[in-house]
Amino acid sequence: MAEISLRRMKVRQSGIITSVKVGGMLGQRIREMGLVPGTEVTVQGRAPLYDPVALRVMGGTLTLRNNEADHIMVEIAEETDTSPEA
Amino acid sequence: MDAPKVRITMALAGNPNAGKTTLFNKLTGARQHVGNYPGITVDYKEGHFERGGREILLTDLPGTYSLTAYSVEELVARDYLVNEKPQVVINIVDASNLERNLYLTCQFLELGVPMIIALNMIDVAKDRGIEVNAGQLEALLGVPVVPIIARSGFGTDALIDRAVAVAEDKRIWQPLDISYGEDLDGTVMTLMAEIHRQSFLTDTYPSRFTAIKYLEHDDQIMARGRVVDQAVAARVEAQADLVSDHLRKTMGVFPEAIIADHRYGFIKSIIRQGVQTRTFDTDRLYASDKIDKVVTDRLLGPLIMLAVLFGLYQFTFSWSELPVHWLDSLFGWLSGLIDGALPEGLFKSMIISGAVHGVGGVLGFVPLIMFMFFGIAILEDSGYLARVAFMMDRIFRIFGLHGSSVMPFIISGGIAGGCAVPGVLATRTLRSPKERLATLLTVPFMNCGAKLPVLALLIGAFFSEDKARYMFLFTVVSWLVALLSAKLFRSTVLKGDPTPFVMELPPYRLPTLPGLLIHTWERTWQYIKKAGTVILGISILLWAMMTFPRLSPDQVAVFDQQRLNLETQHHANTETASQERKSIDDAQAEEALRNSMAGTLGTAMEPVSRYAGFDWRTNIALIGGFAAKEVIVSTLGTAYSMGKVESRESAPLATRLQQDPHWNRWVAIAALIFIMFYSPCLVTVICIAREASWKWAVFSMLYNTVFAFILATACYQMPRLLSLI
Repeated sequence: MAEISLRRMKVRQSGIITSVKVGGMLGQRIREMGLVPGTEVTVQGRAPLYDPVALRVMGGTLTLRNNEADHIMVEIAEETDTSPEA
Repeated sequence: MDAPKVRITMALAGNPNAGKTTLFNKLTGARQHVGNYPGITVDYKEGHFERGGREILLTDLPGTYSLTAYSVEELVARDYLVNEKPQVVINIVDASNLERNLYLTCQFLELGVPMIIALNMIDVAKDRGIEVNAGQLEALLGVPVVPIIARSGFGTDALIDRAVAVAEDKRIWQPLDISYGEDLDGTVMTLMAEIHRQSFLTDTYPSRFTAIKYLEHDDQIMARGRVVDQAVAARVEAQADLVSDHLRKTMGVFPEAIIADHRYGFIKSIIRQGVQTRTFDTDRLYASDKIDKVVTDRLLGPLIMLAVLFGLYQFTFSWSELPVHWLDSLFGWLSGLIDGALPEGLFKSMIISGAVHGVGGVLGFVPLIMFMFFGIAILEDSGYLARVAFMMDRIFRIFGLHGSSVMPFIISGGIAGGCAVPGVLATRTLRSPKERLATLLTVPFMNCGAKLPVLALLIGAFFSEDKARYMFLFTVVSWLVALLSAKLFRSTVLKGDPTPFVMELPPYRLPTLPGLLIHTWERTWQYIKKAGTVILGISILLWAMMTFPRLSPDQVAVFDQQRLNLETQHHANTETASQERKSIDDAQAEEALRNSMAGTLGTAMEPVSRYAGFDWRTNIALIGGFAAKEVIVSTLGTAYSMGKVESRESAPLATRLQQDPHWNRWVAIAALIFIMFYSPCLVTVICIAREASWKWAVFSMLYNTVFAFILATACYQMPRLLSLI
């Protein structure tokens, strides 16, 4: 298991959120959409310019800019670069 | 009427995309109206219907994910609940996304409002392999839970019956206590004790709710607290700050983070107690994901988006041509009717030129706006608009805007020939206030359809060798100016952090026709009501400016004498006579215009405007252009003694301008630049005032005009300075 920032996750990679280190409006927005520690997220895809990112969270899809994803740390399984297609 | 009915007030609340509007439409049908909360632009809808001899008043609150003080929608929803105290809150919850939806439910429970849960989209959930046990959820939360399918109407009768029962039940609703862990619970208790002892804000909020909001550092409630009791507020704030600092130092977390975590913990514990069961693997691709794979693909995505935007544009501006033409004919017919019925004179001129043209100007936009809103409603209701924002965000963010800004820009004339009026109204799809305002203020810079005849006239007259290239060039310039202005606004008057892009990509859905029609009609009607009332007065005022003072009897006598001379000289040759008579009429019209208030103003502005190369004739046309940019060409025609010039047949005017020693390419460029960027037309200004405020409307008139003048002056003076050196 390894902890990385959500920005560095690859498409179709999954992980469990470990911490959200931001307060204020952005912090509230992130949390109220369900991005809290313990939640599983999967990267669904990225916009044509690689930013923002689309995430699968609790059965819904959310978007997040890369600089917003920086505040979120995720725990992922170590060997992730297996087959590209599930 | 029958005996007075019992009235019950209900409020409909829930997450965006949970089916709130669908349920509202289903329950109230056409018996609804839109209003605005005073001073802000969040719509709320009210509707009523009858149920078992009771009249039910239903208010549709703005869709929110939470009840913080960070957005207008959330403040509106929160304030409505605590101030208006509806007898029941119907909390609509998306069964296919239960966990996230219950976050808001949790906060309603903490607020202690009488509530019933409408568990919506149980069919969608079932398709995804999610089974929700409504009875178990009801037992665990202690509030009625009714499964419904808002689209089909399934379960809505049962929902209302149980909501009525809740309203008529005399039960006292206790706020729910959620434990926030040992770090915060102690502080919450201490704060509650203090709040309770001093009856601090207790007539509006439960004491526990106030305590939590202080820990969350809620600006609105803290400000309200200071107004109510400065001393208590200071004590509570100090205590909350103390805990906040302590938590940040020892654990590196914010109290609001702990609160949110525990709320989700509470929700998870409920869901695990047999509320939700998954019947098959949830990792399978939903239909939406499959569509997204194609629609937001790196290569295909932008291409599809271009096609869709172009389609919307075609739909709005081409399909509405026919109804626009009908309205045109209707007003032409009306003018003709009045022309025949009223005696020649000022009153007739005022009715036709002021009133009919003014009202016609507003109503002329109606088909355009209806088509545009219908098209946007399809994109919005289907879920595609959110994808457009997702794909465009990276580019628009550079200029301090939001991905959702793209739609208003396109509609206003991003592809030349749009209209800023629907463009300004389309900014409603933006939920971030600063980005929305920046969009609203810069979309009038785009080349709308009414500026095109002016562009065609001047480009045709001075750059006839390569019209298409210059047309394209000016479209690019308008984009550049609009985006750079947005950047300027966002770094000065609208300075502030970008609004987070934490946004939901809702699953694709087939829009329902009644939903689309209700959407379209309510927005169109709002436009007619809002723009129609002010424009009549101002267009009559502009008419008066271009009519008064009239030529003195002596001046009129000069023209009459010329006509008399003509009669005596050419009584035989009617061909030449009528031509000369027309040129005398045109000269008189020019003289009358020059003599009017607008003419005087135009002449008075010459000392300034000549820096940009404009003489009094151009000035008058620009003043007229404030009413509507279409007027510029026809006013120029009158000012150049050309009589009535139709925008579409301006070739003679173009020749006249080419021959005029005052005009050359640089004057033409300066005029084009000025016309593209100066004050938005009257209808747009009024829409800005309604959507933002009069302050911003006045700002856009002044700023744009000064800005356009500086640009125009630069264009006009630059070659002079360079050739002088």
